[in-house]
Amino acid sequence: MQALYAQLLVGLINGSFYALLSLGLAVIFGMLNIINFAHGALYMMGAFVAYFLLNLGGINYWWALLFAPIIVGIFGMILERTMLKFLTGLDHLYGLLLTFGIALIVQGVFQNYFGSSGLPYSIPDQLKGGMNLGFMFLPIYRGWVVIFSLVVCLATWFLIEKTRLGANLRAATENPTLVRAFGINVPRMITLTYGLGVGLAALAGVLSAPINQVRPLMGADLIIVVFAVVVIGGMGSIMGSIITGFALGVIEGLTKYFYPEASNTVVFVLMVLVLLVKPTGLTGRAA
Amino acid sequence: MTALTDDTLPMSPRAMRDEMIVFAVMALLLASVPFSGIYPFFVMQALCFALLACAFNLLIGYGGLLSFGHAMFMGTAGYCSAHALKVWALPPELGILVGIAAAFGLSLITGYISIRRQGIYFSMITLALSQLLYFIYLQAPFTHGEDGIQGIPQGHMFGVLDLSKPTVLYYVVLVGFLAGFLLIYRIINSPFGEVLKSIRENEPRAISLGYRTDQYKFLAFVLSGTLAGFAGALKVFVAQNASLTDVHWSMSGEVVLMTLVGGLGTVFGPVVGAFAIIAMQQYLAGFGQWVTVIQGSIFVICVLTFRRGVVGEVAHYFRRSL
Amino acid sequence: MKKSIASLLLGTALAVTAAGAAFAQDKTVKIGALSDQSGLYADLGGPGSTLAAQMAVEDSGLAAKGWKIDIISGDHQNKPDIGTAIARQWFDVDKVDIIVDVPNSGVALAVNNVVKEKNGVYINSGAATSDLTNAQCSPNTVHWTYDTYMLAHTTGQALVKAGGDTWFFLTADYAFGAALERDTTAVITANGGKVVGGVKHPLNTPDFSSFLLQAQASKAKIIGLANAGGDTTNTIKQAAEFGIVKGGQKLAALLLFLTDVKAIGLETAQGLNFTETFYWDMNDQTRAFSKRFSEKMKSGAMPTMVQAGVYAGVRHYLKALDALGGNPHDGIKVVEKMKSMPTEDELFGKGEIQPNGRTIHNAYLFEVKKPSESKGPWDFYKLVGTVPGDQAFTPLSESKCALLKK
Repeated sequence: MQALYAQLLVGLINGSFYALLSLGLAVIFGMLNIINFAHGALYMMGAFVAYFLLNLGGINYWWALLFAPIIVGIFGMILERTMLKFLTGLDHLYGLLLTFGIALIVQGVFQNYFGSSGLPYSIPDQLKGGMNLGFMFLPIYRGWVVIFSLVVCLATWFLIEKTRLGANLRAATENPTLVRAFGINVPRMITLTYGLGVGLAALAGVLSAPINQVRPLMGADLIIVVFAVVVIGGMGSIMGSIITGFALGVIEGLTKYFYPEASNTVVFVLMVLVLLVKPTGLTGRAA
Repeated sequence: MTALTDDTLPMSPRAMRDEMIVFAVMALLLASVPFSGIYPFFVMQALCFALLACAFNLLIGYGGLLSFGHAMFMGTAGYCSAHALKVWALPPELGILVGIAAAFGLSLITGYISIRRQGIYFSMITLALSQLLYFIYLQAPFTHGEDGIQGIPQGHMFGVLDLSKPTVLYYVVLVGFLAGFLLIYRIINSPFGEVLKSIRENEPRAISLGYRTDQYKFLAFVLSGTLAGFAGALKVFVAQNASLTDVHWSMSGEVVLMTLVGGLGTVFGPVVGAFAIIAMQQYLAGFGQWVTVIQGSIFVICVLTFRRGVVGEVAHYFRRSL
Repeated sequence: MKKSIASLLLGTALAVTAAGAAFAQDKTVKIGALSDQSGLYADLGGPGSTLAAQMAVEDSGLAAKGWKIDIISGDHQNKPDIGTAIARQWFDVDKVDIIVDVPNSGVALAVNNVVKEKNGVYINSGAATSDLTNAQCSPNTVHWTYDTYMLAHTTGQALVKAGGDTWFFLTADYAFGAALERDTTAVITANGGKVVGGVKHPLNTPDFSSFLLQAQASKAKIIGLANAGGDTTNTIKQAAEFGIVKGGQKLAALLLFLTDVKAIGLETAQGLNFTETFYWDMNDQTRAFSKRFSEKMKSGAMPTMVQAGVYAGVRHYLKALDALGGNPHDGIKVVEKMKSMPTEDELFGKGEIQPNGRTIHNAYLFEVKKPSESKGPWDFYKLVGTVPGDQAFTPLSESKCALLKK
């Protein structure tokens, strides 16, 4: 049983990353109508920024949690202003292709300078070690990742669903022209939204650095799983993507315990099943 | 929303003649490669990718469906052909058939699942399906996981053509490519191809005209996947191995890039794009991962400024369809 | 893919007939160093292996005798298809005579086929699989440094005899992991131990937590790590995080390199037992070589046994060419000559190449020092024991190599 709980924990951790990333994708898709293929690369940049902050600037993990999303978020906003902006009105697929290109560039540059194996980023001293909970051994850092991501996800949900800013945002998604008529600067809102979505990815990157090491390709494969998560959950609702993210992590963890051979594929198999039963995804609206 | 590709001029006798001339020039140039001193291995590889890109183009350029998992057909056919040649010791022509049949079967299944959604969802689903397949091949015993299937015997095609001779192999690959190319050309210009284009331009209208668009899209998907499988089966003879590289998403991305560079929805674009990208990889290989960066930059530049691709721009300039 | 690292224009056009020879001898050689240049095995092979080959060429003194020796290097990215494509092009277009290094057993076996087909020379130092000189041996291949049989019969055997009789394997899912698990399992069962389970992980895995949890749940006394390079260092670090060693299980790093210990750090690595065939701090000669090597490395790293093996292999190859008086560009002929000469160099001492291509030299059991015992940045190992070459490697009587059936 101990192994089952431990695998569930590992699943929850992966679920946290799925949730943070698919949440960011959903936020961006809502505003920009773009599937951000560069999301994985920006997640990786978050981890690298944390690594640089520590090794070049002596800035520790806690500040990196704050600064890395801001820095990467700004980078994202620059991308939006200089490139993505020009895709307005074109087929959605061009957004996918453009961000795929951006992902290749970012990953290639990092791979050139840092190879493809990982750079170590150690767990902050305050979260080192583990607790024996009786039914399992809990490495403290991993517990922290789950709780912190949950908090961030809920805060994002609150921001978008319950605040005035969020209300404007949702309105702009539904009808940009009308919102503009109310005197709201829609282009700036789009830029900020992209920054927010990207910042969430970078935050996930910082959280993941001590667990997964800092690697140029750390986001490349992850993003495909997240795409499957998005297809399963549908991109209709913020809460939907959070719940789907965590749930799929847990399912993956269970698979690792009961049938480890399928743990890589279970998310994709679920995606196929959902598509066969409910093509719009569990919470999605019709496209 | 503008469509992915520009409206091509309606098929006229003149356009047909232009295309035939270009095709003849292309075939002649390719046929003369063994006498030119160019490393034939490189050209053969480019031909396989060109065929793959043409098959991919059939789906995106004429069906408007962006598959981000087309490597799965190439890789599946590659594995199955390789297995048939090496383990079952089948002759080359049957080995190729096994590969094509496998890709056909796979495209039936994946097509059934993925055409349930459109636009970016379709792309994400094909990507996810190809990743699913990647993991299956990683674990399946017959693919030998990371090691791949190595040292595949090339054998004698129809019992007479010794494929281990580079020149013989080259012409076999070339004939395979030209045959595939002509088939795709035929499909594009058939009534089926015309319906497909009309669906790409305006699906609701096609539906209102009584076309069951899902069936057309499904058929396009299966044709495209099967032809991609043919490319994969040919590639087995060139590379003499079948490996995970061919089913990885980055390979799917490369196919998209080739077609985009050459020109989505143009007849010759994917061929030009495939040769350009393969040549770039070949000659810039010394720059390590910068190749990835350059590829990414080409994506960005193409999408931002150059959406018609090389052939598309040329055709547009001369107001011809190519 | 190919980069002319060092165009060592050795001597001028002295390709004149050697005294006494009846025909002009070709004295040009092209060496291809094929390795993982940027991935998880880049530190143990990679650029350091190219450097080692270069040093071997310089130290051979053949330049003064009118030889012209070029070295090119390539990055196989741990993919067999890329490795074979590079090898094929090297033989076809670049006219390479010999391929050296090639870590990653999957790539190594694939390249083995190409070298045989093109009748080149193949001195493998980086790959572990014992199949290179066993079931898949080739008349063109020499395997230096180490193999899975050796690792199993040194580290594995020592651990079983010390009471570690139940094992759980964490195995890299490709040719190398499979071979190492197979050879070690044979040793475990032969010594009365038992394998209670195992799990395969993909090459280059960042997070081993779920695999480690499976190992923990198995209650095996020994968790055998049939992986290498970055994978091994990650496993060991994360095992510490999950309190596995504290819980009473022992990790057996079946293959550990100097650079791995550096990456893990002595704090976590201390006390690990493993086997290598070369360590920089063995004697004056190894220290002198390693000092020269380290000064030329960008990172200042000491040579690993793989890099040392590349050096020794190239030295021996050039000795054979020198004895032949010229380069016949005939792989089988050169390898036969290499096998007929005893090996001797500063790094591995005296040895021989067996008819199946296996180079025989001593192997050493080491233990990682405690941080308090380490006196310098690369002072990591304590010598525990020496295993003579004939006991460490596959006896010819057990080898299934077809070359032996003549």
